[in-house]
Order: sequence, then C-alpha cells, then structure tokens
Amino acid sequence: MDFLQYTINGISIGAVYAIIALGYTMVYGIAKMLNFAHGDVIMVGAYISFSVTSYLHMSPYLSILVAMVGCVVLGVVIEALAYRPLRGAPSLAVLITAIGASYFLQNAAQLIWGSDPKNFTSIVIFSPIKLFDGQVTITGEVLVTVITCIVIMIALVLFTEKTKIGKSMRAVSEDRDAAQLMGIHVNRTISVTFAIGSALAAIAGILLCSTVPTLQPTTGSMPGIRAFTAAVFGGIGSIPGAMLGGLVLGLVETFTKGYISTQFSDAVVFLVLIVVLLVKPAGLLGKNIQEKV
Amino acid sequence: MMGMRLQNIWQKYKTNLLTYGTVTVAFLVLQILSSQDMLSRSTQGYLVPICAYIVMAVSLNLVVGVSGELSLGHAGFMGVGAFVGVVISGSLKGAVDSDALRLVLSMVGGGLMAGVAGVIIGVPVLRLRGDYLAIVTLAFGEILKNIIGNIYIGKDATGLHFAMSAGGVSLEEGGTMLLKGPMGATGIEKLSSFTAGFLLILFTLFVVLNLINSKEGRAIKAIRDNRIAAECVGIHVTAFKLKAFVVASVLAGMAGALFAQNYSAITADKFDFTNSINILVFVVLGGMGNILGSVISATVLYLLPELLRGLQDLRMILYAVVLIVVMLCTWSPQVKGKMQVVRLWLGKQKNKIFRKGAADHA
Amino acid sequence: MREEYSRKMVEVTTTNLLREQDTDKQPVLDVRNLGIDFGGLTAVDGFTMSIGPTEISGLIGPNGAGKTTIFNLLTSVYQPTRGSILLNGIDTKGMTTAKVNRLGIARTFQNIRLFSEMTALDNVKVGMHNSIKCSFLSSLLRLPPYYKAERGANERAMELLDFMGLTDVANVKAGALPYGVQRRLEIVRALATNPSIVLLDEPAAGMNPSETAELMHQIRRIRDTFQIAIFLIEHDMNLVMNVCEAIMVVNYGRVIAKGTPEQIKQNPAVIEAYLGRKDG
Repeated sequence: MDFLQYTINGISIGAVYAIIALGYTMVYGIAKMLNFAHGDVIMVGAYISFSVTSYLHMSPYLSILVAMVGCVVLGVVIEALAYRPLRGAPSLAVLITAIGASYFLQNAAQLIWGSDPKNFTSIVIFSPIKLFDGQVTITGEVLVTVITCIVIMIALVLFTEKTKIGKSMRAVSEDRDAAQLMGIHVNRTISVTFAIGSALAAIAGILLCSTVPTLQPTTGSMPGIRAFTAAVFGGIGSIPGAMLGGLVLGLVETFTKGYISTQFSDAVVFLVLIVVLLVKPAGLLGKNIQEKV
Repeated sequence: MMGMRLQNIWQKYKTNLLTYGTVTVAFLVLQILSSQDMLSRSTQGYLVPICAYIVMAVSLNLVVGVSGELSLGHAGFMGVGAFVGVVISGSLKGAVDSDALRLVLSMVGGGLMAGVAGVIIGVPVLRLRGDYLAIVTLAFGEILKNIIGNIYIGKDATGLHFAMSAGGVSLEEGGTMLLKGPMGATGIEKLSSFTAGFLLILFTLFVVLNLINSKEGRAIKAIRDNRIAAECVGIHVTAFKLKAFVVASVLAGMAGALFAQNYSAITADKFDFTNSINILVFVVLGGMGNILGSVISATVLYLLPELLRGLQDLRMILYAVVLIVVMLCTWSPQVKGKMQVVRLWLGKQKNKIFRKGAADHA
Repeated sequence: MREEYSRKMVEVTTTNLLREQDTDKQPVLDVRNLGIDFGGLTAVDGFTMSIGPTEISGLIGPNGAGKTTIFNLLTSVYQPTRGSILLNGIDTKGMTTAKVNRLGIARTFQNIRLFSEMTALDNVKVGMHNSIKCSFLSSLLRLPPYYKAERGANERAMELLDFMGLTDVANVKAGALPYGVQRRLEIVRALATNPSIVLLDEPAAGMNPSETAELMHQIRRIRDTFQIAIFLIEHDMNLVMNVCEAIMVVNYGRVIAKGTPEQIKQNPAVIEAYLGRKDG
C-alpha cells in the first residue's frame, strides 16, 4: 500500500512541477532564455493569494483570479523592462539579468511581507478520500492538483495547435527571423508567452502552498530549480516533455524519500536527471539538432 | 633598438603584468593600512573571503569565459575543498606543528579532492552542450552539497572515523567530531590569513594566465570559438574542455579550504546554487575571459552588499537593480543609444557654459 | 531522372587520372562506394574515387548535389552509412574528426570557420597544436621546454603565414580580417596541421577576379612546395578547369562524370546537369 500512496503523492507533486516547468519550457522555446525569475513569480502568486484571503478576507477563488492577474502583469512587465532590451545580446547577459530579476522579486517580497514564514491556508475544501480502509489517502489537494494539471495540458496543446496566436508562438520558436518576415509580431508573441507562463506560475504557487503550507520569500526557488530540471529532463521547449519531466521528477523524488533516504532525495533526483541527459542529450522528448557544417 | 624590444615585451605581457601588479599593490596597501590599525574590524573580516572569491571568480572565468562552457555548480567544488581542508587540518592537529604548513596541506588536499570531483563530473558532463551542460553542472553542484551535508567524520586516538548517518560514528574518549552532517564543521581553527589568501591569488593567476597563454589555452579558446574547426585541426575537444574544468575545480577547492578556515563553523548550505550564481555574476560583470576584470568585480561585488548594509532591507534590492542596469547598459542597443543622447546633451551644456565664459571674458 | 543519371554513369570513364609521378604510388585517399542517408533521404550514394599523393582534383556539381556532405564524410564530421574511406591506407571508419586530421587530412570550410576571437598567428598555432611538443606541466610552470616549443611554433607559423602572404596581418584578430584574407588564413591553418591532403571547400567564394587569379597560383604552389594532394570544391569554372588535373562531377549525391578538364567540358551528362535537358 505504501507504493500506491507514494505514487499518488509523487504524481501530485509532479503535477505541480509540471505546471511550473511549462512556464520554463514555453519561455525557453520562444525567447531562448532561461527565465530564472520564474520560480519567484510562483512565490509572488502565492503571496498575492495569501494577502487576498488573509488580509482582505475575500473568497479563495477570487484570490486565484487576483493572483493570476497580478502574476501576468508582473511577468509581462519584467519581460518588457529587463529582457526585451536584451534581445540579441549574448545569452549569458540575459541569464544574469534574469538572476537579477529573481533577486529583486525575492527581496521585494521580503520587504513587503517580511521574512518570517506565513501559514498558507489551503484553498481546497474537499475532504480526503480514503481507500483500502484508510491505508491510502487521496487528499483534496492531490485531486485538484492533478485535475488542474490535466486541464492545463489539454488547453495548452489546443491553444498552440488551433489558435492563431498559438501558431505564431510555434513559428517564433522554430525560427524567429523567418516568423518576423512572415508578418508575425514577435515581441507581442513573446509577451503573450510570458503572460501564459506567469498565469500558470500563479496557479502552481497556490497549489504548491496548498500542499506544503509554509510561505516565505524563498518558497519559489527550490521548486523552481526542480521544475527547470524537469523541463530539461523532458526536453526543453516541448510542452508534453515538461509534463512528462515534471511527473517523472515528482515520482522519483517521493520514491527516493520513501524507499531510500530523505536526506539524499536531492542527490538522487539530480543523478537521475544526469543519467537521462547522458543517454538522451536533448531530454526525453527533445529534438536533437545537429550543427550544420 | 633596445627600446623597441622593451616596447614589444611590454605589449605582449601588458595585461598579465597589469593583473599581477594591481593585485600586489592592493595587497601591500591593505597590509600597510592594516598594520597602522586603519582598517575597521569588519573590513579586516572581509579580506580572506574576498581573496577566496577572487580565486573562485578567476577559476570560473577559465571555464565560462575562456572555455565558453556555462557552469552553474562551481560552489560545489569550493564546498568539497572546504570540508576536505577542514578534515585534513583537523586531523593533522598535533601531528604537524606549523600552522602555515597545515593550511598549505589542507589547501592542497582540498584542491586535489575537488579536482577528483571535477574529473568524475567533467568526463560525462562535458559531452553535453550549452544549457544542458549548465543544468547538469547545477545538478552536480547540488549533489555535492547534499552529500557533504550528510557526512559525519570524527577523530580520536585510533584515527579517523567516517559515516553517513548521525549515529554512525562512535568515538573513544577524548575524540572530536570534525564534520557533523547538516550541522557542518564546527570548532574550526582559524588558520587562514590575508597573506595566505594573497599568495593563493598569485598562485591562481600564475596557473590561469600561464594556461591561457599556452598551447593548451589556445586549444581551449579555439574550441570555444569554433568547435568543429577545432576538431578539424586535430584537437580532442572533450580532453581540453576537461583540462580547463579540472584546473578550475582544483583552484576552487583550494579557495574553499582557505575560506572555511577563516570561520569557526561552516555548513554545506553555504556552497549551494545561489553561491555558484553569485560567482557567475562576478565573472560576467568582470568580463568574459578578462582575468583582471574578474579580480576587480569579485572584490567590488562582494563588498557592495556589505557597503549597502546601512540601507538594511533595501540593499539586496539595490544589488539586484545594479545587476540588471549594468547588463542593460552593456548590452542593450536602445539603452546604449539613450545613454549616448544624454552624453551628447551633457557635452553641449558644457560647451555652452564654456562658450559663455569665453564670451564673458571677451 | 535518377535512373537516367545512374545509367549514364556506365558510359563515364571510371579510371583514375593519376599524374605520371603518382601512378605507382599508394593513393592518399581511396574511397569505395561511400554513402550516407539522413533519415530516409540519401544524400550521397556510391561515391568512389582515389586521389594520388600529389594530385590536384576538383569536385563540382550543382547546388545541393552533396559536395560538402562528401567533405564532411571524408573528415569524419559525418559517419558514412555505407562504404569505406582509406586515408593513406588506413580505414577511417568510426574515427573522430580530430583523429582523422592527425592521420593526414585537413580542410577549410564553405562558411568560414576561423577562431574569430584569436589573432591570425594564434589561429595558425592552433593548427600546429599536435606538432608542438611541450607537456601540460611545463606550460603551466613555464619550464624551458615551453619557451623552446613556443619559439619554434612562432617561427614555423610565421613562415606559413608568409607563404600565403599574410605576414602583415599576423597579429590581427581573425574575425576582423577581410573575407578573401580569411579564406587564405583558413588554408594556412589547414596546412599547419601537416596534412597529406587538403580539402578546400569553395576557396574562391567571395573573392574578386584578381584575388582568384592569385589563389590559383597559390594552390599550385602549395602542391609543389609541400608535395601534398589537394581536393577542392569550387563553382568558379575558370579556376577548376585551370588548376585541377582531374575533375569529378556529382549530382544527386552520385558521381555522374569523371575525367580531365577537357573530357568534362564535353561530357553530355555534365552539360545536362548544369544546363538542363533540351527536350526535358
């Protein structure tokens, strides 16, 4: 029964990683940059939701909406102010800027909300489902997380396949210059990508803090790095890859904690990543592009 | 004739001489200030860590700037060096009398172990490219930190005892724990000094600058500039990337040993991803491949948050803003253009004032 | 289309056109039935040739015919799907590009690939990498062998630069050099690896007529001075017809003709490949 319980928990945390990883992977696919501040947008989303419910005493559902709007504005503003002027600059310069943005968000959050951890109240009100005479528990958070993740996945695939803006996103990620020549508004497309990624970050932040209810300015960084790992693991730039990577990572993490060792869970997770990348250098679902000579 | 010869030599070694010279002058000035009691206690406390981070930045520059590979796990090697160094100097206590010799041995040992870690990591990893290499070095850095944070080492009359869990080490009476897992190393003797740090910097510069200006260095830069062309002139790409990576790891390990023995206690958390990123920031702001730049930017950027301490909560926000603004001013065409406009405007105002002044005179 | 070409191949001379002095010697390159597929696409197929130790030969064909792919196969940048390559009698199957270079094959690139952040002199010295004898330790510690090796390398590199008339730009960053100079520097870098054959991928591309004339002269001089083979891809027919002693024509990844410049000029398959069929 332990096995089943670990699997359920693994899928749940994996689904959160997957939602965060989508933000990384979409931005990477289109802007070809590692957006290190993404993890911190998650944290900001959780704080906004927390503030709306705890200080303004409004409905948790409204708080999700407010958090999403807040994060979208934040993501788009960061992109416009910090990343857009650096289009065409060496990728390291953009990386350092993203790191700067990440520091900025963490410290701004500390300034606004303080560094002491806040106790986040779960937004989920379902009672847990107990199976096999209570040997296996599926909490409401797990259910909501998994369902949200599936819905997002389907919506995103439909969005990129069917809508005009989704198609232009794919075009920009394939070849930015060619897309521009075909009349696609590249800057607007990138902004939309950041907006979607940030909205997902808000959802991920709320789900994350509903499962692990401590909220502090550094809450986003470790899940951010894990999710980034998941994105690379699945093949960065690929939406199904991010999903797969997130789930695998979540499962590996919970199984390691359950069967091997809690202290070494980080080491094992990263080791699995390394082994996968050595076997498949472009990730599980990534395309390996050979340099033209 | 002689003069021209000298000029040629100066041209050739200008950058290197400037680098060694700047470091030496800075050291001498600080030593004199310190002997005259003109440095505050807190400033004194920064000297050794600054030396350690200069070595970290210069060695990372060898990987990122010269070899062109983005490594996000450099602090992991520093951690290996730090803890191996602490264990070595702790276990040699009593056996080796000279503190200086113990420090040197601990730095050499720490450097070698970090180098071994560098080989183990580098061999599989350096086959990957670009962002994949970056994420894997990040992963390895975290693994190193995670392992170091779970090692228990104790020392007693019978020798060293090693375990991976808290209860694993049972010591005879009079024994001491050198490493206590997540608690890190405690009761470290302060063996490091500013002079030791300065000597390590000189050693690092000697190794890195000599490496850059040698056949190996040329091969490494060639791989960075054009991997396929380098292969086509018979250069074994992975071997040379590995050389740069391992040399950098050894130096980072030595810096770690120096760093750790400046404090009485240290934990593995200190050597996490954030630290690696900070070192990367030193390198990028100092200029890729620019060694003197790394030295200066490591110093300035290490001190910057400390100098801003008066601003309390705002200081890290300011630090972040400085990072972003510097990047925008260096790389953004639009921002550069605007700066140009401001400069022109200022120039015009200056001219107006001068002209007015001249007119007044006439 | 395809079958017609392969049918015509039968009519084409398949004997090698070795220079008299090369006839008894082992060919520097002996390629048999070389082929490569990318996914389902056959880029090169049934490519067979041999090049004598001091021969200048040319590879021509329309754009996309697979010429550069053949160069990539010969230098192990790609591994062939079929066939074999003997370089100085050694089968290069499965070898890395670097290893193949050490065995004696050097090349230039169609889209110039210099080490652009390094000086012209350093570019050449990188080419000499494997002939500079000096251990890693003596480099790091600046022991006497380092200075001796560096001095020797400098002299040799300057000689080579001088050979192609590049002495003046020795200390200029390669990326800052004009196009034609960059092409010549690439040739010097290839020569610096001590090859027994040099592959030149469109050496005259982007050069003006006087530069091209100079290049023709230099190509012959390289062969005469170093006594090596040269195999070149070029679209400038004037250069190819004047410099090459043997010419191979490829289209759709297959050899459609092979012969002396005179034979090639009159070959109907070549005329068709370049100009199209009259009744097609």
